[in-house]
Amino acid sequence: MPDHSSNSNEVDIEFRNATKRFENVVAVDDVSLSVERGAFFSFLGPSGCGKTTSLRLIAGFDQPSEGDVFISGASVVGIPPHKRPVNMVFQQYALFPHMDVAENIGYGLRQRSPKPDRQDITRRVDETLEMVRLSGYGKRRVWELSGGQQQRVALARALINHPTCLLLDEPLAALDRKLRREMQIELQTLQRDVGITFILVTHDQEEALSMSDRICIMREGRIVQSGSPRELYDEPLNRYVADFVGKTNFFDGEIIEARDSAITLKSESGQVLVGVQPKKAAPLVNGSRACVAVRPEMISINAADKNVGDDSIALHGEVMNRIFLGEHSEYLVATVEYGEVMVLSPKSVENSNRSFAPGDRVSLSWRPESVLVLGDT
Amino acid sequence: MRIYAIAVFLFLYVPIGIIVLFSFNAGRHASELRGLSIQWYGKALSNPFVGDAFTTSLIVALSVAVLSSLMGTAAALALQRLKGSLRVLFDGLIYISVMIPGIVIGIATLVALVTVFDFLNPILASLWPEGVKPPKLHMGYASVIAAHTLFTMSLVIILVRARIAGMDRALIEASMDLYATPWRTFYQVTLPQIYPAILAGFLLSFTFSFDDFIISFFVAGANTTLPIYIFSSIRRGITPEVNAIGTMVLAVSLILLMTAQFLLRSRVNR
Repeated sequence: MPDHSSNSNEVDIEFRNATKRFENVVAVDDVSLSVERGAFFSFLGPSGCGKTTSLRLIAGFDQPSEGDVFISGASVVGIPPHKRPVNMVFQQYALFPHMDVAENIGYGLRQRSPKPDRQDITRRVDETLEMVRLSGYGKRRVWELSGGQQQRVALARALINHPTCLLLDEPLAALDRKLRREMQIELQTLQRDVGITFILVTHDQEEALSMSDRICIMREGRIVQSGSPRELYDEPLNRYVADFVGKTNFFDGEIIEARDSAITLKSESGQVLVGVQPKKAAPLVNGSRACVAVRPEMISINAADKNVGDDSIALHGEVMNRIFLGEHSEYLVATVEYGEVMVLSPKSVENSNRSFAPGDRVSLSWRPESVLVLGDT
Repeated sequence: MRIYAIAVFLFLYVPIGIIVLFSFNAGRHASELRGLSIQWYGKALSNPFVGDAFTTSLIVALSVAVLSSLMGTAAALALQRLKGSLRVLFDGLIYISVMIPGIVIGIATLVALVTVFDFLNPILASLWPEGVKPPKLHMGYASVIAAHTLFTMSLVIILVRARIAGMDRALIEASMDLYATPWRTFYQVTLPQIYPAILAGFLLSFTFSFDDFIISFFVAGANTTLPIYIFSSIRRGITPEVNAIGTMVLAVSLILLMTAQFLLRSRVNR
C-alpha cells in the first residue's frame, strides 16, 4: 500500500465554486469544499440534492459548467474518467456480468499501459480477494454471489488500483439492514487499513454519522453545513440540518427577545420558550420566525403531578405510545401545547422512576440552556 | 372459437406440410404420392442451375447479413447518443422502413438506381481515356445487396437498440472509471453485452435476404437467386424437385430463425 500518512494535511479533492447545470436544472450550485488526504468524507442529503452529481464531477462522468475541480492539487476539468486517478463503487455495483470475479477485479490493472504481466495481475487479484475476505472466489460468476459478496467484489475492483481517492455511491443501499451494519464497520476498517481517501454519497444519516470523519450536508445543490458528525449533531446551524441529522422535536415561535446568552420565543399558543443559538449560526433578530430544537434524549418525562423546578420548560400531555428499544424507551406524547413530542428515556431512569404506559398523564421538561434556537435557513 | 383457431392453423401449415411431404415423393408428378424417396433432393442438388442460384443467394445473403449487422450496430450505437426530436425522427424512419412493403422498396430502388445509372454512366464514359472500355454501372450483386441491406439494417438497429436499452449504463461508466479508453470499453464491455442481438440481427438479415423474392426480382438484374429460380421453374410446372428445394430453404430458414430467437431470449445480464 502506498504511504499516505506522511502528509496528513494535504488536500486530495477540492471544489472551487463548482456549478453543474443540466439544461434548466442546477444540480450543483457554486460548491466549494476540500477533502483532506486519508479522510472519510460523506455527502449527505435527500435525493436530488446534488450529492451524486458532486461525486460524478470527481469521477469525470460529468464536467462542471463553471468553477473548478482539483484532484491532488491539479485541475481535472476536461479530463475524461479513464485518465483520473480515482475509482468508484457503484450503487448497483456495475460488475461486468460476462467476466468472473477475478477478471472483474483485475480489469483496472489490465487497462494500464504498459500492461502488468499475467502473474503480477493474478498475484495482486489474489491479495485483494484476501483483503475483502473472498479468497477462493476468483472463478465464480458474479451473479452467483450474494449482495454482500458482490459489494466486496466492487470494492476490491476499485481498491486494487490504489486510487488517490475511492468514490462510493450509496454503496450499502442495496443491502439488508443487518448486512449494512456489518459492511459499515468493514468499510471503516478497510479505510483505516489502506489509508485512501473515501468519499461516500448517502441519504442515510445513520450511515454517514457512523462512518465519516467529515460530513457535508447538501440541499438543492448547495452545501448547508459541513463538519464532523459531532458538530452536525450538537450544533446544527439550522432546522434543515437538525431535522436531517438525528431525531429532533421542533417547537415553532416568534422571537421576542434575542440576546447573546439566550433567545426567547413565543409560540402561537402563548408558551414562552428559551434556548441558545449555535455559535456559528447567523444571528437571529426580534420578530423573526424560528424554532426551538429539542433532541428526544434531552427531555425528561415525569408524572404529571411531579414538580420539575422553575428553571425548566415544561409541557403537559398524555402518553400515546411507548416503544421499548433495549437501552432506551421511546415515548410518543400528545402534548396540550405542541401536539406530538418524541421522548427518549434511558434505561437507568426507567428503572429508578416508574415507566409510563399509554394513557398516562405526564409532564415533559428540559433545561433551556441545553436546547438550540434555529432559523429556517 | 377453438375450431376457428384450428382451421386457421391448418390453412397455414397444411400446404407447407404437403410441400415437405411431396418433396419425398418417389413418383414423377407433384400431385400424386407414390412411395417415399430422397431422389428429388439428389436431382435438385446436382442441377447446375439450382447450384448457381444457390451460390448467388448465398453470396447476396452473406453480404447483406455482414453489411447490415455492421452498419445497423453502428447506427444503433449512434442513435443511443442522440437526444430529443432528432432521435424521434430517426426512430420513426427506422420503423417505417421495416413496414414498407417489399414491392415498394423493389420498385423504388429500381427506379432510383436506373435514374442514377443513366446519369452517371455518360459521365464515367467521358472520364475514361480513349480506347479503354469505360465501366458501366448496371443492376447486379451490388444493387440487390444494397436494396436488401436497406431493409435488414433497420431490423438490426431495432434489435440492437432494444439490447442496449436493457443494458446497465453503469457498466460503461465502470469501465471508463477503471482506466479503459472509449475503444477498449466498447470491445471489452459494450460488445460482449450486445453481441447476441447483433448475431440475431445477422441471422435474421441472412434469412430475409435468402428468402426474399420481391425485392430481388426488381433489382437483381441478370442474377438469379434461389427464390427467383423457384418462381421461374414453377411456370414450367410444379415438380417434386421444386418441392425439395423449397423444403431445404424452409429448413435452413427455420434453423436460423430459431437460433436468432434463442439469442434474443438470452438474458442481458448473463
